[in-house]
Parts: sequence; C-alpha cells; structure tokens
Amino acid sequence: MLELRKDIFADERDDNLKEIGKGTQRQDMLGHVTGTSTYFDDHKLQGMLHLKVLRSAHPHARLRRIDTSEADRAPGVRRIIRGSDVPRNLNTLLSLINFGKDDEPTLAVDKVRYKGEPIVAVVADSPLEAFEAIAKIRVDYEPLPAVFDVEEALKPGAPVVNETYPKNTFTYHERYDHQKLRFGDVERGFAESDHVLEQRYQMSPIEHAPTETNGSIAAPDTNGRYVVYTSTQALFFSLDTCAKILDVPSNTFHFIGGTVGGGFGGKVDTLTEPLAILGAMLTGRPVRYVLGREEEMQYGPPRGAERIFIKDGVKRDGRIVARKITAYFDSGAYTRLSSYAVVKCAAHLPGPYTIPNVYGDIYCVFTNRTPATAMRGFGVTGMDFAIECQMDKLAHLVGIDPMEFRIINAYRDGDMKAHRREAKNTALIECVQVAADKAKWPLREEFKRMSSRKEGGGARAEIPPTPREPVASRPAPAQQRTSYDRGIAMPASEQRPVAPPPPPAPPSPPAAPSHGATRFSSVFGTRRR
Amino acid sequence: MTRHHGRGIASINYPIGMNLGGDPSQALVHSNPSGKFTVALSSIDLGQGMKSVTRQICAETLGVPVEDVYVDTADSDTGPHCMGSFASRGTHRVGNAVMAAAREARGVMMEAAAEELEVNAADLETDGRGNIHVKGAPHRSISTKDVAIAAQFKQGRTISGRGIFLVPLSDVDPETGEMSPATCYAHACLVAEVEVDDETGEVSMVRMDSAYELGRALNPRLVEQQLVGGAWMGVSHALYETTEPYYPNPAHGPRDFVDYLMPGPGNICPHDIAVLERPAADGPFGAKGPGEMCANPVLPAVANAIFNAVGVRIDELPITPEKVLRAIKAQGGARPQPRR
Repeated sequence: MLELRKDIFADERDDNLKEIGKGTQRQDMLGHVTGTSTYFDDHKLQGMLHLKVLRSAHPHARLRRIDTSEADRAPGVRRIIRGSDVPRNLNTLLSLINFGKDDEPTLAVDKVRYKGEPIVAVVADSPLEAFEAIAKIRVDYEPLPAVFDVEEALKPGAPVVNETYPKNTFTYHERYDHQKLRFGDVERGFAESDHVLEQRYQMSPIEHAPTETNGSIAAPDTNGRYVVYTSTQALFFSLDTCAKILDVPSNTFHFIGGTVGGGFGGKVDTLTEPLAILGAMLTGRPVRYVLGREEEMQYGPPRGAERIFIKDGVKRDGRIVARKITAYFDSGAYTRLSSYAVVKCAAHLPGPYTIPNVYGDIYCVFTNRTPATAMRGFGVTGMDFAIECQMDKLAHLVGIDPMEFRIINAYRDGDMKAHRREAKNTALIECVQVAADKAKWPLREEFKRMSSRKEGGGARAEIPPTPREPVASRPAPAQQRTSYDRGIAMPASEQRPVAPPPPPAPPSPPAAPSHGATRFSSVFGTRRR
Repeated sequence: MTRHHGRGIASINYPIGMNLGGDPSQALVHSNPSGKFTVALSSIDLGQGMKSVTRQICAETLGVPVEDVYVDTADSDTGPHCMGSFASRGTHRVGNAVMAAAREARGVMMEAAAEELEVNAADLETDGRGNIHVKGAPHRSISTKDVAIAAQFKQGRTISGRGIFLVPLSDVDPETGEMSPATCYAHACLVAEVEVDDETGEVSMVRMDSAYELGRALNPRLVEQQLVGGAWMGVSHALYETTEPYYPNPAHGPRDFVDYLMPGPGNICPHDIAVLERPAADGPFGAKGPGEMCANPVLPAVANAIFNAVGVRIDELPITPEKVLRAIKAQGGARPQPRR
C-alpha cells in the first residue's frame, strides 16, 4: 500500500499539474500482459546460425594448446572463432570514458583467469550442433595457483590474476592502489570518543536473475551494415564497445533494443554483441548468441562481493565523531565496472550522516572468479548494509533508541559532506519520522519536531583541518596505456594542480581512440570543481 | 522450539545518476500532421516504466493529453545518444532531456497557433485536453490538431524539439576524495519485522513499514511497483541470494533457480509505504529516481531485526538459516532483546 504524504515539503512544490502525479497506465502494459511485446529473441531470421562458447574448466591456467581440428569437421559447424580472429581482442568497458586500461580479452588467448572464461566460439546451424562441436575441442591447460580471497590477493607473493594490474589492484590516479577519502582527523576523533567499535562485514556475490538472459542477434544488412537486436541496458554503450572491439566505424551498426526482460545492472557489459556481430561478419549470415541460465548465473557477471571494515568513535550522547572505513571490492578477474563502484562508494561515505572526521580507503581487487559488474545500488548496497548494521550496534552501545540515534546523526541542509560538498535538499530526518509513525514506533516529542531544514550548516558547514599524508609520486609511464597513439593534448585550461602540494607532474595526455572507438568523456582527465 | 519476533530499522540516502556526472542523454520530440507527438529515444525500458514516465513528462510540458504522445525507444538509427538505463538515471537524466525537447516543440506549436489565431503567442495557453486558447478567452481556441495541420501544410513549420541533459563531469581529488558525485539524493527509512525460529534458524518476514523520499512521484503507481519489487529484492539479498554460498570458496555455485534461492509467493509480507516529495532543484518536476535505492535499507533492517529477535549479529550476507543457527548455538541459545 502506498500513501503520498503531500503535507510534507508542500511549500517546496507546485502540485498544480495535469499529467504528472497521475497513475497513468504504462504505454507498454497491454503488450506485456498479453505476451506480445517484442524482445530481442523474438526475431527469427532466415538462415540464422547459433553461436556458443567453450568456457574455461579452470579458474587460472595457461593455455598450452587449443585443438579445434575435430570440431572444424563436426556436422553443422559454419565457423570457429578464436581470439586471434577478434580485431581488437583486448578491451575494458570503461575505456569509453577513458577510465582504466584494456585488460580483458573477448576470447582468452594465452591464459584463462576465471572458471568459465570464453576461449573459443563456435557458430553452427543449431545450438545442439554448436554444443556438440564444443565437446570436440581439446584444450591443453597448465593449471596455475589461483586466489579467491581479496585480502590474500593483496599479500606479497599472491598469484598475479591479471597481468595488466600485477599487484591485483586497480590503479587510481595513476599512483594509488585504492581510492582515498580524507575529511578531518579520525585519530583525534577516536581519542575524543567515549566508545570505539570496529567491525567486519562481508557481502557475497549476487546474481541479477533476469527473466530474460543476456543475448543478441546480429545480421548483415545492406550497404555493409549490421543490424543488431540486443538485450542491452545501454544501447550506445554497447554499440561503441562493439565498434572498438571490431575496429569499424560506429555507423556500421544499427542497434535495436529497448524492451528488456529485466536488467538490474547485468546487461551493461556487452557480453554477447561483439561475438554475434563477428560471427555475422565471418559467415555472412544472421547469428544468435544467447546465454543459457547456467551461463548467466555462474559466468555472467554478478554483483561483486565486498569486505568492509568499519571503525567508529561515538560519544555518550550519541554523536558519532569519527568513522574509518576500509573496503575491498572483489572485481573478479577483470575490471568491468568495479573500479567505478569504488569511487562511487568513496563519495557515499560515511552514509547520510554528518560526522566531523571521516577516513576511507576503498580497493578494487582482482581474484580468479567471474568478473563482477554493476547491480542495483552499485557501490552502495553492501556499504549501506555495513553502515546501518554498525549504526544499530552503536545505538545499542550507547543505549539510545536506534531511530533517535539516526536523527541525532542525520545530515541536514547546509552541512558539509565528507566529499567536501554542501548537503542540500536533504530529507533523512523526515523519512525516519514518517517510518516511525507508520510502524507505530514511539519517538520522543523533541525528535518528532526536528527537521532537515533546521539547525544544519554553521559549524557543521566547515571543512575540518585534515592531516596531510605524503603524496605518492606517479610511477613511470610504463604503467600507463601505450597501445595507441597519444595524439590529443589536453588544453592547459583543463589542468589543475593536485592538492595538497607538492604537485606531481601534470597528467599525461589521454590516449587517442582508434577510428572504431568513441570516447564519451574522460574521468579524472578533464577537471571541474 | 520458539519463534521470536523482532524489529529493526535502517535509514539511507542514494545518489541519482552516474557517479561524477558526464553521462548525457538526448531526446527528440516531433509532431505528425494530426497533432500527435513522438518522442524518439535510444534509452531502454527495462520494465521500470521509462516509456511511461517520459511520456507523462512530454505531455505535461507540451500541454497535451498523454494519449497524444508516443515514446519510441532504443533504435540507434532514430534515437539520439543516451548513456543507458542504469545508475537511477532514467527519470532524472532522460526525463530532463525530454522536458527540454518538449519545451522547444511547445514553443513552435504556440507560435503556429498564434499565427492562426492572429494573437501574440505569449497570450496563449494550453488546456491539457488538446486545445490552445487565448488566456481568459477560452472561446478563442484552436485544437493542437488544427495547429499541426496549419504548421505542416500552410506555415511550413516543424513542430519539433531537441533536448539534452548533461551533468558536467566532476574531477576526483586523489588525496582527499573531494568530488561532485551527484546533484541530488533520494532518501529512505524502513522498519522490518521478522520472526526467527531458534530451532531451524529460519527467518520469516512479518511486515515492513517504510518512508521513501523521491523528489516527486511522477507516476505513483510506477513508483509503488518499483518500491514494492525493490524491497523484495532487498529481502532476497538479505536472506537468500548468492552465487557463492561459501564465499570466498567458489564451490557449490548454483546453476538454476532450484539451487539459487529467492523468496516465493508464500514468503510475501505486507509492506506499508509512505512517499515523501522534496523536489530536487534540477529534477524534471523535481523528480529524483526510485530505481536502485529501494532495495538498500531492507538488508540492514532485516539484520537488525534478527538481532532484536534472538540477540545474534549476522554480519555476512546472505543471512542463511545455517548462519543464524550457528550464531544462536555459539551464544548458548536465543537472547531476545527488548520488544520495540
């Protein structure tokens, strides 16, 4: 049951609208409830072939030899695709926003880094014939030691999962193995606290579990173009990723999608389109590549696991004065999007509360498991679990009602957030009050009268003195991407010296994309305050 | 054997749109000669209602009935660029782009109507039912259909508009993490009531009460659908789901929905929801995005309710019967906390 509380914040809204605010029936309702909406897999094209992949049997192994000779002769097989057939086999998804290095092959070549990694693709007349041919491929593996625990992966001597990142961590700002957040002095905060509580939290990987699994159908069109029916959540993201991997101009492709049977973040990785299109290019026939449920569940990317350590200092009166967080995001064998989740997580600290001293170190760690990706609540869901369990423990520790404890610490309009921007348009206190009311949870009168719009700012708007740490120098350019030209120089006006001093060398110019790759924007490149 | 009741809470906020910005979306709006409008997008409808919410935004901005607007999504040849449907960005980013495009199209429509009525466009208003009339003089009126016909065949005008919305990309300071991650935030607080069986370790949901602040509920029924479904995903994450039950040990990974557990119809509990609307300065009609954040408060609220019920803290997700039972045994039995 849903109740609209129009009485709250009524003075900030114009409710005199005609269409907005109405519970109008969805435009696509009839198609959905009668089973007639068109999804990508409803396109049955004449002469359509089926693509399936051989997946690694080991979590970490060198590929000594791949023998496809018997599969080549198997009935119904039209084409076998190896890594060497992929024009630009190595890619990283966020190269479209110039974030990170190309670290993941479309088809593994010399090594596999997780169980289920695609090695060879088979295009055949039927799915059955494709599977039967895959069973005839012989792969000679040399198993390597694998690492599955994020803290083990950081220890010296741990197996190197992904040679692009030899320390098993993503590289931030070309110099750190983690993203930092520094606001005030947590050590002083702990010293001034009446209680200090340090706890460990763990979230395991989670499957998006869409009704429709990932898939696409690619078909040759006139004028050398290809039409692609796809389940993607991000049409141009997938289109431009394919243009880069297949090294063709982006207008080679006509992508059609838009009606998707559940995404939740699991359909942004462009898992199937590059091989489906390549299959169509190599055979001249429509090619369908759809993940089965087992593939979707075990080898399609999950919400990544997170391990989180929180140390809080709290006063007897319920005010939290210091919060220190160390978190490890398990990216699996390749980067995909976990690197970006880490930055979003750092921005989210310390949760929706005003705490004068906050410290965060967030790591993106590589392990020998299926690469993780985005999922509903990207970078935040696991952290919110940890923070809110911690809040309950703190309230218990100081003997304050957990609702009132949250109101005491809630951020309000005008407060300074730990990422050094002013809080505006806040409404946490009102949500707590309304939820308490709904649940008939008693709140004391003074807490019922509190407001997000009152008593924020002032001293709470200040950026506290923050201890300086030694600034790591940037490593040699050998660490940076060298695989393509460095043509575009960054305009001087877009450069900003890094604070605090001493300033390191100015950022190196971003690498220029090849003609198939479009860069949407440049994270950590262009500078804005 | 005893079944213990407990209640737990959690409160959260959530940033709207891709972190750091730099994630544009475009929209094109045009009228056919009958005064019916098409919105062309490359954005994706995942089932969340992207088509419907942008349709309402377009109709409201144009001042025409919602039936006169059709939203066409996700064709890269006809729909202009959109970053994609993720990061709770659909309503906020795409909605703003559609609003901008509709505003431009409305400008042309009003100019064309003014020419037909021989008045100044500034003196005209729409009635939201398909007519344009002189302010204060409803009898001096023309239908949007007649305006569209005149614009197309007589005046040679195209009633169309282009829209883009972009939150400029923010930098991140390597040393302090200073950044502008988002322009607005949604909020929520949720109370979960559970029942814990101290013999089996099984946790059942009894009820949920919640308050979600979303800027503006553009379509309350779509919002309800998101919040109800999202909260159940939260329950599922809290108590059931993982692809690696003994993480970091990768063994025993489920391969289908027989092994991969999720709550079924028999596990449903009442969920009483309140929606608050504090408009975001840069949201379309103040709207933020309910898509992702609805699941987040449920996980910790359930964990906290379990503590209230039996006195054990389970800090590892998912909170399976095995973990609950082991923890109860380790502390020598259930220790119910004060009822609240």
